[in-house]
Amino acid sequence: MSILRKALTTAALATALIATGAHAETKRIALVVKALGIGFFEAANKGAEEAAKELGDVEIIYTGPTDTTAEGQIEVINSLIAQGVDAIAISANDPDAVAPALQKAMERGITVISWDSGVAKEGRQMHLNPSSSALIGNTIIKLAADHMTEKGDVAILSATSTSTNQNVWIEEATKVLPNYPNVNLVATVYGDDLADKSYREAQGLIQTYPNLKAIIAPTTVGILAASQAVTDAGKIGQINVTGLGLPSEMAGAVESGATISFAIWNPIDLGYAATMLAYNISNGAKAEPGAEIPMGRMGAAKLDDNNEAAMSDPFTYDKSNIEQFKSIF
Amino acid sequence: MTEISAAPRVIPDRLTSPLARALRSWEALLVVVAVAVFAINSFASPYFLNAWNLSDATFNFTEKAMIAFAMAMLIIAGEIDLSVASIIALASTAMGIAMTAGFDTPALVAVGIGTGVLCGALNGVFVARLGLPSIVVTIGTMSLFRGISTIVLGDEAFTNYPDSFAWFGQGYVWWVFSFELVLFAVLAVVFFVLLHRTNFGRSVYAIGNNPTAALFSGIRVNRVRFILFLLTGLMSGIAAVCLTSRLGSTRPSIATGMELEVVTMVVLGGVNILGGSGRIMGVVLAAIIMGLVTFGFGLLNVPGIVMSIFLGLLLISVIAVPRLLAKVRK
Repeated sequence: MSILRKALTTAALATALIATGAHAETKRIALVVKALGIGFFEAANKGAEEAAKELGDVEIIYTGPTDTTAEGQIEVINSLIAQGVDAIAISANDPDAVAPALQKAMERGITVISWDSGVAKEGRQMHLNPSSSALIGNTIIKLAADHMTEKGDVAILSATSTSTNQNVWIEEATKVLPNYPNVNLVATVYGDDLADKSYREAQGLIQTYPNLKAIIAPTTVGILAASQAVTDAGKIGQINVTGLGLPSEMAGAVESGATISFAIWNPIDLGYAATMLAYNISNGAKAEPGAEIPMGRMGAAKLDDNNEAAMSDPFTYDKSNIEQFKSIF
Repeated sequence: MTEISAAPRVIPDRLTSPLARALRSWEALLVVVAVAVFAINSFASPYFLNAWNLSDATFNFTEKAMIAFAMAMLIIAGEIDLSVASIIALASTAMGIAMTAGFDTPALVAVGIGTGVLCGALNGVFVARLGLPSIVVTIGTMSLFRGISTIVLGDEAFTNYPDSFAWFGQGYVWWVFSFELVLFAVLAVVFFVLLHRTNFGRSVYAIGNNPTAALFSGIRVNRVRFILFLLTGLMSGIAAVCLTSRLGSTRPSIATGMELEVVTMVVLGGVNILGGSGRIMGVVLAAIIMGLVTFGFGLLNVPGIVMSIFLGLLLISVIAVPRLLAKVRK
């Protein structure tokens, strides 16, 4: 009797093991980047690995061409199709040129999403933007307002007057101004994303507006030039330079205090969220307008009419975390 | 016969038998390398031996190889064309303009190939008529052609190519044989005949070995040179049609850096970079080897930079080893 029971339990156990074995087949998710050896994407890979660890049954294939060419990415995509990966999450070098290859991937049952730098609509199931114009517009004003104790003048130093991205962000920023009564926006000037012109425009602002409390530069060139101008004018502590910048370039300004805090998307979060989305869509989540697809600790991605979603507010960098990120990107 | 005559002297018809010569040839070495790469790939990745996957892999080299055929003849004649990738960019841009103007597929193909021929003719005029060194001329036109494309497009792109146009880069003639693969095979035969079976081909070798002697033997040296540049332009135009169709779009950065891969293919194929010798079969094999190596490494997710290092080492070793052996023999 006991022998029979033993045999039965062993058989049951074996069946259970086989069943879980079949279940535990790992999902292979390819994180395709613009080119290997770029700090921003290495950081995204860290986030992807974090997501893989959290999910357990995921293997990340971190890959990309040597140069930032569409042809190189297509060769990579073809080899991923041949390997029969479960999902491809790509930051594209060219939104159109990679689309035919990605369409082929989808025809062979591979989940395809784009993140950071998008792919034309027909070449992916969804696109994850690091942030949205509205979130960026709000963040840059908030960054200035957070460090103002009383009402004061604030000026914007932008890129060119025709830069699509910056213009949309500034438009969104002006919409939220009523929420921040301390912020008195006095001027918007254009440094054309040239270091010397941005520096001169910032100098002009400092001289023209004696009550200036903050300069907002939603461009990596502008914020760097403005923080330099404030430092050279000896106005550290009086004028706070903020906006969108790269941690590696801004580390000095944060050290000196010319910039108290600034923002930009966090590549680790982006790689993490892209992996989560690829995993969930590959497991049956429908990528369609209006859908909400979970992305782990980053919440859920809400898809718009173009199947695009925004991840989150831009990530804020200050003295507490600049050391950690300045070596990443 | 030798048994009857006691004379010890034998004068052979040929110095070596054709078979022995074939076995010791560059092409034989390349066949060995190709088979080795194929075998290693089959063992290294379970995904390699699959008709569709191998078919996908051919796209890694078909366009480059088309240009490499014409480039091989140009290099054998002692010239070089570094503007081929830029010709692709300009031809692709011209097709984009034609597409925007409302032309359909046949006209687009004609525009692409026509632009390529015109670019080749420009190079040819500078080199053959004005007598300028080809490396200088084509470095210049390399910037010129891509520059025009960049001015026209800026950071924009042409994208709405007609559906029927996609066939050249994405279509299949039969089963796994893509249009590009079939075109590659047909062109290989055409260039084999042109280089190895016609008077024109012989004159290319003659010019590469000694242009002055070729001139005095009655070969119209500059005309041959001009035709060779025209041919390279033509092939670049055809490659532009295929690549544009495969990408379904045009950007000024299209085919960046392709000229060096084409030259690598030609040199790996056993064409003497100083001119005078080389065979089409070698270029065909080199193209296949480069395609298999890139694809095999891709399947193993080897980073691209390692692939470049490997190709560089392969190139240096296949050039150095025979010369070192020759020195050792001496």
